[in-house]
Amino acid sequence: MKDLKVSPVLLLIAMLAVATAARAADIIGTITLKGTPPAEGDLSSYMKDYADCTAMYGDKLPTTHFFVVGPKGEFADVVVSLKGMSGKSTGASAPPAVLDQKGCIYTPQIFAVQTGQKLAVKNSDHCIHNVHCTPAVAGNDEHNDAQMSGGADLTYTFAKPEMFIKFECNVHPWMRAWVCVFDHPYFSVSDKDGKFVIKNVPPGKYTVEAGHRKLGSQTQDVEVKDSDTTVNFTFEVK
Amino acid sequence: MNANAQNDNPWLHRFIVLTAAATFLLLGSGGMVTSHEAGMSVPDWPNTYGYNMFLFPVSKWMGGIFYEHTHRLLASGIGFLTTMLAVWLWFKDARKGMRWLGVLAFVLVALQGVLGGLRVTLHMDKLGIVHGALAQLFFVLICALALFTSRWWQNQGRAGSPQPAVGAHGVTRPTDKSLRTLVLAATILIFGQLILGATMRHQHAGLAIPDFPLAYGKIWPDTGAFAVARYNADRIEVISENPITLFQIILQMAHRIVALAIFIGVAACAQQAWRRLGRKDPLTRLAVFWLALIVAQIILGAWTIWSNKAADVATAHVLVGALSLVTGALWFVAAFHRLEPLPRIEPAGTIPGAFGAHPALAANK
Repeated sequence: MKDLKVSPVLLLIAMLAVATAARAADIIGTITLKGTPPAEGDLSSYMKDYADCTAMYGDKLPTTHFFVVGPKGEFADVVVSLKGMSGKSTGASAPPAVLDQKGCIYTPQIFAVQTGQKLAVKNSDHCIHNVHCTPAVAGNDEHNDAQMSGGADLTYTFAKPEMFIKFECNVHPWMRAWVCVFDHPYFSVSDKDGKFVIKNVPPGKYTVEAGHRKLGSQTQDVEVKDSDTTVNFTFEVK
Repeated sequence: MNANAQNDNPWLHRFIVLTAAATFLLLGSGGMVTSHEAGMSVPDWPNTYGYNMFLFPVSKWMGGIFYEHTHRLLASGIGFLTTMLAVWLWFKDARKGMRWLGVLAFVLVALQGVLGGLRVTLHMDKLGIVHGALAQLFFVLICALALFTSRWWQNQGRAGSPQPAVGAHGVTRPTDKSLRTLVLAATILIFGQLILGATMRHQHAGLAIPDFPLAYGKIWPDTGAFAVARYNADRIEVISENPITLFQIILQMAHRIVALAIFIGVAACAQQAWRRLGRKDPLTRLAVFWLALIVAQIILGAWTIWSNKAADVATAHVLVGALSLVTGALWFVAAFHRLEPLPRIEPAGTIPGAFGAHPALAANK
């Protein structure tokens, strides 16, 4: 048998191929809404007696924003994640998520964190709030804490995955926010342009799930290779 | 209870009436707390945002805090009144049963206070249902105490007492067991309905069915999974934003059906009282009043739905429910306490009454 000599060039190409195959990529996409959603609820009749809440709005008090839709159907506040992933949480080392109370409205209204990730709740208002979260999954604790104006941030963590845990203020009963808790870092919430990015997904086959709090969820199977993978979702109001 | 004991104590009676009226206000206050979803707006107990409850600055009584905090203050007042009532009964009412009823009232009001506090500190919404149901029973007890200390009650069975109102046939009639049983059954049904209503209100999901008299446009709503998902997608609730579930839809349908059963039951009570006791009998009038309350309650229930659960309408619905329960309970208790019929003096040549010879009449022959 002749000695097998490996060309350095071939070796370099092979190494590059292996390195490329192992590089993580992003899953990106756009969420759109078809149909006409129900009209948002008017908060003015509830807020009008609270000067501390209404000062920043002038004459135009806010409404609910359960369906945040752009002019071309761009659908915000849809939580997109990789289905079936678990035990990969990096929450303990992740920077804290922030939920603010401003103008007696929670901001953001829909957001997502990992298990073990700190969630800091701020009170940027000139009034008292109580911060009341009501998880349903055992292992995630219910909390109800007073937060004075300018008071210290309240911090919470959730130990178990759960979708749409409600945060509310019972002093101002229209205040609502919802947090989705994942056991991994592969999730995103669509922005006002309907766009989402799930970063650094290792190559492989996955089921991507897009969930809206009012319209349920839908899934698509994708294969992530060495470049960004695009998957779009369309929700419909019937 | 020995109705013949000399227990004329008009000031005690007035005090108990005052306590009953204040309790009714407290029921309304508690109703407003739930109607405004304010039950958890004060996270601590017995303090209020770290202050002693009685020293919490009025400037901070805002939003949900106003409803919850005033409810706690009113409840403290009721606790004080009930304590005085229990002590007064113990030392001034000769009837042993009354003393222990006073103790029971004290125990119940203390238990109510603890239940209300634990509901907040333990985050147990189900305790709110127990708290609401027990409040109704406490109200019945206080109203019964008012009845037992009333001059009417004292005079029943006392020799030489004023004559009670006569019935249609010229004599008072005892309430027979079947009528009392009917009233008791309707009263128990009302209490069951109150528990159903409290369970509905503590779901914090707004209106599980947004229309009346139909349910999602049908006599019986579509309860399939897709239908329930569509209901949730279509609704925009400002303050009660838990998702609607199948259980809640069934609960509201049960509430509607039981309301119909209550209407039929109380109407039957009024009709039977009219027929058996006569239209002028006070118990007949009370039964007719009871029926009017039920009709008002049904209207308020419908209005609660049509107004998308407006807080004042929903709370009025709670209060009329409480009055309905008390009316049935007091009717039942008063019926036992009725005087035996008076001897009837038959004019010469008249035909005996429709009910034939009465034992008292036989004894007078």
